[in-house]
Amino acid sequence: MRVLEQAVVHFSRLCGIILLGAVLTVIGYLFVHGWSSLGLSLIFGATPPLDALLMKRHVFNGLFPAVAGTLSLVALAICWAVPMGMAAGIYLAEYAGPKIKAILNLFFDIMAGLPSIVVGLFGFAVAVFLNRRFSGAIHPCLLISSMALAFLVLPYITRTTQMALEGLPLSARMTALSLGASRLQNIVRVLVPQSLSGIVSGIILAIGRCAEDTAVIMLTGVVASTGVPRSLLSHYEALPFYIYYISAQYTNSEELASGYGAAIILLCICLVLFLLAFAIRKRISYHALYRA
Amino acid sequence: MNRTTEKGVEILFFCSAFISALLTLALFGFMLMLGLPLFAEGRFFSILTQPWAPHLGQFGIHPMIAGTLAISLLSMVFAFPLSLGCAILITVTSKGWVSRLLRKAVEMMTGIPTVIYGFVGIFLLVPLVREFFDAGSGMCVLTASLMLTLLVSPTMILFFCDSFERVPVAYGTAVLAVGGSEMQRFLHVTLPHSWPGILIGFTLSLGRALGDTLIALMIAGNAVQAPGSLLDSARTLTAHIALVFAADFESLEFKAIFACGIVLYLLTTLLVMAVRLLSGRKERWTR
Repeated sequence: MRVLEQAVVHFSRLCGIILLGAVLTVIGYLFVHGWSSLGLSLIFGATPPLDALLMKRHVFNGLFPAVAGTLSLVALAICWAVPMGMAAGIYLAEYAGPKIKAILNLFFDIMAGLPSIVVGLFGFAVAVFLNRRFSGAIHPCLLISSMALAFLVLPYITRTTQMALEGLPLSARMTALSLGASRLQNIVRVLVPQSLSGIVSGIILAIGRCAEDTAVIMLTGVVASTGVPRSLLSHYEALPFYIYYISAQYTNSEELASGYGAAIILLCICLVLFLLAFAIRKRISYHALYRA
Repeated sequence: MNRTTEKGVEILFFCSAFISALLTLALFGFMLMLGLPLFAEGRFFSILTQPWAPHLGQFGIHPMIAGTLAISLLSMVFAFPLSLGCAILITVTSKGWVSRLLRKAVEMMTGIPTVIYGFVGIFLLVPLVREFFDAGSGMCVLTASLMLTLLVSPTMILFFCDSFERVPVAYGTAVLAVGGSEMQRFLHVTLPHSWPGILIGFTLSLGRALGDTLIALMIAGNAVQAPGSLLDSARTLTAHIALVFAADFESLEFKAIFACGIVLYLLTTLLVMAVRLLSGRKERWTR
């Protein structure tokens, strides 16, 4: 029996070493190869940064259009997803009766489990449908992508809101009510503010998911090179797609170096968002985050 | 705030929840609608079993189903023992700050973008596999499932840790009181009591492995064939959707990707149902 216990101890240490070793190798490899490409010229190319930011000149050979595309995509997707997701979460936690709640929970579980490429395919199918039915001007674009991404992260926001509200102690729930507040007043003035840290950390994680997702945008309008997005109905570039594209289509070492640079930027964005979510809430609910 | 606002806002909340839930159904409906020609004359079943040969007019997705299963199941073969080991390391073997640090590291790992794993896979792991096994391009089932292991392990570890920690302390204290060691407590009390949680973590991770696109797309080689060995190139359902996507969308070839979408939808829904059944059982178990 002693032997078995010893073996389990050694096995667990070995597993830890393998996992940490593998992850450090991945991150280390990126930084070793991409370190030299980091710098302002990686983002702005030969264009002066201020001119690029003010949209006076186009940026060639730089990641600026991809960064701008990712930022606008994330901002839009979060705009759609947060009100809807929070409202749904509040309904589930505060209003829904047990039967309705069980049914809705099932749908949100299925939604959270959907592969992102399937969500992307849905976005594309909707775009095709709208194109045929209403207007030839509608095609896969920034708007469609951001809505598909909103669909992707909707269950996280709903779940984190719901879990944060349900986690509140009964005393917090009852105080305002006993003082004569209405149900809605209680929710808006007491319950949501009290559970804000949970809700905000969920939103930050949703931002991270939007920033890193590649499969959805691949099907809904991202392209390899088009410049800064000009309207909601235009094509756009994005960092994760750029990384994917470069890995398959690079023609010279300079392009490859910018691919490494883009990978480092994306990794840093996602890790910083994660740290931020941690700082706001000690233990994040990875249950809500479970999807490919 | 008066009664009408109260009621109005409640209806607004209800609509948000209801519409969100309906979207899940709408997604399925859309895929059925656009893939409709596939269901004519009982063609759907043959699509699941036929090979993919567009020049012969065969648009079966059997090779992609085989590829998806091969890559995701193999990654579970690697990830399950690895995750179990790491979860034991975090909850039992290590103590204090080491344990907390490991846990933080694993939590951070869940935030690494998939495309990063694919990118590093292409330039680091693929050449290694090619050299080591002397296997063609190095893009194969093995390469993809190794990278996928890194993607799914962190969440599996966190689920395992959670289910270990949920076992009531009193159960274990009895073992310690009669002179058992920490490891004996874990092996004889904690582990047997946490199997529902372990199964849930496993099932959810399998769902994630099935649904991942980028890793398989970038490093599995994408050859349309049912893989015969670990060193064969393969294409997953997800990668197939991404690859065929560019084609003309009236063609039957394009319609077939909706069959891929439907199969993926049904598979992941099945896993979600399994998890719900298990959690129901788990609640009874711990009560």
